[in-house]
Amino acid sequence: MPLSDEDVREILRIIDESDLSELRIDTDGFSLHVVKGDREPTAAPPSRPARSDTAPSKQAEPPVAEEATADGLATIPAPMLGTFYRAESPGKLPFVEVGTHVEPDTIVCIIEVMKMMNSVPAGVSGTVAEVIPDNAELVEYGQPLFRVQPA
Amino acid sequence: MKRIKRVFVANRGEIALRVVCACRELGLETVVGASEADRDGLAAREADRMVCIGPAPAAQSYLRDDLVVQAALGTECDAIHPGYGFLSESPKLAARAREQGLIFVGPPPEVIELSGDKLRARAEAERAGVPVLPGKEVASDSEAKKTAREIGYPVLVKAAGGGGGRGIKLARDPDELKDLLSLARSEAGAAFGDDRVYLERFVASARHVEVQIAADEHGAVVHLGERDCSVQRRYQKVVEQAPAPQLDPATRNALTAEAVAFAKAIGYQNLGTVEFVLDTDSGEHFFLEINCRIQVEHPVTEAVTGRDLVAMQLHIADGEPLGFTQTDVVFDGHAIECRLNAEDVAHGFMPSPGTLSLFSVPELLQLRVDTHLCAGSTIPPYYDSLMAKLIAHAEGREAAIDVLQEALEDLDVEGVETNRMLLMSVLGHDDFHRGAVTTDWLERAIV
Repeated sequence: MPLSDEDVREILRIIDESDLSELRIDTDGFSLHVVKGDREPTAAPPSRPARSDTAPSKQAEPPVAEEATADGLATIPAPMLGTFYRAESPGKLPFVEVGTHVEPDTIVCIIEVMKMMNSVPAGVSGTVAEVIPDNAELVEYGQPLFRVQPA
Repeated sequence: MKRIKRVFVANRGEIALRVVCACRELGLETVVGASEADRDGLAAREADRMVCIGPAPAAQSYLRDDLVVQAALGTECDAIHPGYGFLSESPKLAARAREQGLIFVGPPPEVIELSGDKLRARAEAERAGVPVLPGKEVASDSEAKKTAREIGYPVLVKAAGGGGGRGIKLARDPDELKDLLSLARSEAGAAFGDDRVYLERFVASARHVEVQIAADEHGAVVHLGERDCSVQRRYQKVVEQAPAPQLDPATRNALTAEAVAFAKAIGYQNLGTVEFVLDTDSGEHFFLEINCRIQVEHPVTEAVTGRDLVAMQLHIADGEPLGFTQTDVVFDGHAIECRLNAEDVAHGFMPSPGTLSLFSVPELLQLRVDTHLCAGSTIPPYYDSLMAKLIAHAEGREAAIDVLQEALEDLDVEGVETNRMLLMSVLGHDDFHRGAVTTDWLERAIV
């Protein structure tokens, strides 16, 4: 798909006006990756066979990190049902490990729903104390994903 | 079952529980996809597994075909039962399930799509020799005016994407028609994503009679008799029965034969319901629509035929032949269902959600109760207000009415408002005892 400068400007304008922080579109013969602000672009998407129906990744609604429990840890719940991925793709490093410091907007995992990749931000600041589900496991809406020692 | 071992139940309430129970009897495992509001519901508890598919509002859970399919795949189900309402007639869910190698318990997506387009369904019915109401699609105001003149006033304005009583307006004269048309178009566009409207003759004195059909994947189609659902309020059914009272045999034969012919013509598969309107003044009958799902009122058909319709859906979806022919279908007695709703009849039938401090339905010999509620259950405000279906099956119609009256009298319910008194008024009314009533009767005589 040949794009003119006009087109690119138009795309950037749309993304600027949206609340997305990152957008990736991969279709046959066309690939677009835009990151808003000064965020580090994340690694390549999961290495699935290229499909024309691959949907753009989008950032999930920030989940409401639960109040710290008796042991002082906060929980990051799944903002949606889907398949839990710890990394952008099988060969890549996980977004976070136990001990990683996170801020509310730090992406901690991806939840896939029918090829739609949803980035999940931490929603809380602190240090990851536990990663609960296994990689590639189905997680339910509201299921605890991470436990975080609040900063 | 050959292919189906584990069924994903994409619904809630009494029908989710009904499907779970049917599966259990067939030796199938179940996974219920519940919203956050239904996590602790009876269906979720009775299933082998529950997964929470999303927040309480249906648009974020029960209406999300992507979540349903993902959850079914993630729990290694091989079939999806959609129940009624929600995604039960979504060609998108049916297609998505098929793409992912899942069995959708219902007709193929192409058939659902055709049936959802009321204009296409009308045309197919006509082609199959089934009488349809005089009417047609109207693209402009002038065309509408001309068509209405041909049909005669009053005339119904219907949305092509509507159905199930939704998207219908009545125009009494050309001025009203003009006003209604643009409104109907914009409403239809917003509600169904399809702004096509059509005009149809309004039957002033009408009965709603529908035929249950069953079709396997090998071309066999049978009917399981009719149901009369004329006790309605604003196109919503309140009391249903089988057989239809005072239906002359010639009409019954015509309705059932036409329902089967129509189902064959469109390549229907699995269970479905062909709805007809009967004009009690002229004695004519006309095709209304076909519903591609299990109906709320299916238990009255189960009662009089002695067949489990949900099990039948699963067998058909598994690829089995029906295993019986039309002559094997025999009818026994009379069955009546009333829908107990959590609603405040005195205040415009406002839904009445809340927690049931008390709920107990008497156990009677000829009574079946389909409910997902018990004392302590909460009726959330997000969904329809159906609490329970009370189904009486007796030798005769009067005896069935007696059973329901006893059940409603002895019913204990506290914590929410219900339509119990309305149901009792229907069952105790002389008109209802005499037999057939028309679809305007409830609102005229009681409400």
